[in-house]
Amino acid sequence: MRQSRWFWPAFGLPGYVWLGVLFLVPFYVILAVALGTVDPIFRFPQPVWNPLEWNVGAFEFIFEGLAPGEQFFVIFARTFAYVGIALAVSLAIGYPVAYYIARHGGRWKAFLLLGIVAPFWISYLMRMLAWVNLLQDDGYVNRILMWVQVLDAPRNWLDGRASTVIFGLVYGYVPFLILPLYAALDRIPRDLLEASRDLGASPAQTFRRVTLPLSKAGILAGAVIIALPMFGDYYTPDLLSGSPKTNLVGNQINLFIHGPQPTVGAALTVLLMSMLAVLMAYYLITTARMSRANER
Amino acid sequence: MRRFVDWWRNPWGKPRFLAVFTSLYLIWSIVPILIAVRFSFNDGRSRSTGQGWSTRWYWDEPDLSVKNDPSLREALFQSLELASLTMLIAVPIGVALAISLTRWRGRGSGTARFVSLFPIVTPELVMGTALFLTFVHLFQFVELGTVAQLLGHVTFSISFVVIIVRGRLLSIGPEYEEAATDLGAPPMKALRLVLLPLLLPAIVASFLIVFAISIDDFVISQFLSADSSTETIPVKIYSNARGAPTPALNALASVMLFLSLFAITAVIVLQRAMQRSRGGGKGGIEDMAQMRL
Repeated sequence: MRQSRWFWPAFGLPGYVWLGVLFLVPFYVILAVALGTVDPIFRFPQPVWNPLEWNVGAFEFIFEGLAPGEQFFVIFARTFAYVGIALAVSLAIGYPVAYYIARHGGRWKAFLLLGIVAPFWISYLMRMLAWVNLLQDDGYVNRILMWVQVLDAPRNWLDGRASTVIFGLVYGYVPFLILPLYAALDRIPRDLLEASRDLGASPAQTFRRVTLPLSKAGILAGAVIIALPMFGDYYTPDLLSGSPKTNLVGNQINLFIHGPQPTVGAALTVLLMSMLAVLMAYYLITTARMSRANER
Repeated sequence: MRRFVDWWRNPWGKPRFLAVFTSLYLIWSIVPILIAVRFSFNDGRSRSTGQGWSTRWYWDEPDLSVKNDPSLREALFQSLELASLTMLIAVPIGVALAISLTRWRGRGSGTARFVSLFPIVTPELVMGTALFLTFVHLFQFVELGTVAQLLGHVTFSISFVVIIVRGRLLSIGPEYEEAATDLGAPPMKALRLVLLPLLLPAIVASFLIVFAISIDDFVISQFLSADSSTETIPVKIYSNARGAPTPALNALASVMLFLSLFAITAVIVLQRAMQRSRGGGKGGIEDMAQMRL
């Protein structure tokens, strides 16, 4: 083929420019605001574009608040705890489901997968709204629990309970975990499982020594892909609790950005982003490696 | 009971525990949504118990239904407007980007590939904050509201188009185009006459999927909304869910559900039809399940 080596890069130029201007530049804007100053009279944030003049006041404010027992320490600790528990519960629910569909789905496979994929195309907010309906004082959850006599009186599930928020996170994100798990489990060649059986391994041993190690990549990819949005979540606590007792980092960023101290909000975002950058890079690199292996 | 115990313990069949577990999971996952949709057809005002059936909260009620409450109606139109415009802008840009990323092998292509997939893994909160601050402090000529929301939606949609189209490009391979250029077609002509027709199913799928993710988006829409007149359906749900007095909010949410499920059903039907005409291959749903970067 005789064409200039600039042909293909130039072909995608609108896309590169778009992502440069509206994806990369905004990251610099967060930095410029986070490391900028605040107008002394009206307290408006003043972004500082020159890195030589950056000022770390907002970060100092946050790091002071990160001392054990201070406000940001509590928020970050709570976020890690909620996300950690939600991840563990999601894996405990997601792995068996993905395993069953990949290994034993049979002729129901397409139908089961449809059930797994459906929540992808239902707005997250709609799915939370469904639980707001169900968890009302006179909602079905309370009525069923009273009918089976677990509860004597209706319980107010939506008044700032950690359990409700974690439940919401699991409900919201578990489908996004099941799909990569399913893809990983479905790719394990059956020959390997048969070989393991022929060599005398029990089903449990086969699972522990063949299936589980081979699905490790899927577990990690799935865990990362749901951990990322969970760390940036503020709407689940807002809808299912609404109390400051369950505020996460996301709630704090949302409050600061739209409230009196956007500079602190921007600095919190930078902090969150630099923590998550490791996870994001991990995910992009491993999936790129996997898809290259599949191309061969 | 005896039969059930035998069925459960049958060591020769499929693992019963997993079968029951998976069914319970699916019920848990889907039934709450169906109940929320059912409440939208309530004849009474309750959003937590079933009270007869009517379409009152969709259009009959004079001031409070989706059709007659201006704030709910505006949210519906705002969502539809944004999703349609996003679709029209993001798909052409994304398709060109996907072709460029797949064919370009030179220096810098690795970085470009990395950056173009980054929006997928960036938490929406970070992207929302970044775009909000950008429109407030740097591109001040873009006012918050519909235009800002549109720019935001296109930015995250481009990456989805890239994934869909790149998947198809990789399975087509470069051979057809090479044959066309060997026979003397200039690159642009090979692209137009050979590659684009082959990409058509992926392009149509991109349109529908971008429509669905734009309709469903919440964080970007909220951060870039100017005031209540530019709130989309998910933003309306967020601000009203805890205080909503009537099932009209459920009705609005159900309309959104019907719209995005309609788009996705169209994708699945389309892919099925394609598969049947080509013969072989896995089902459209399974392709979607296997969707990788």
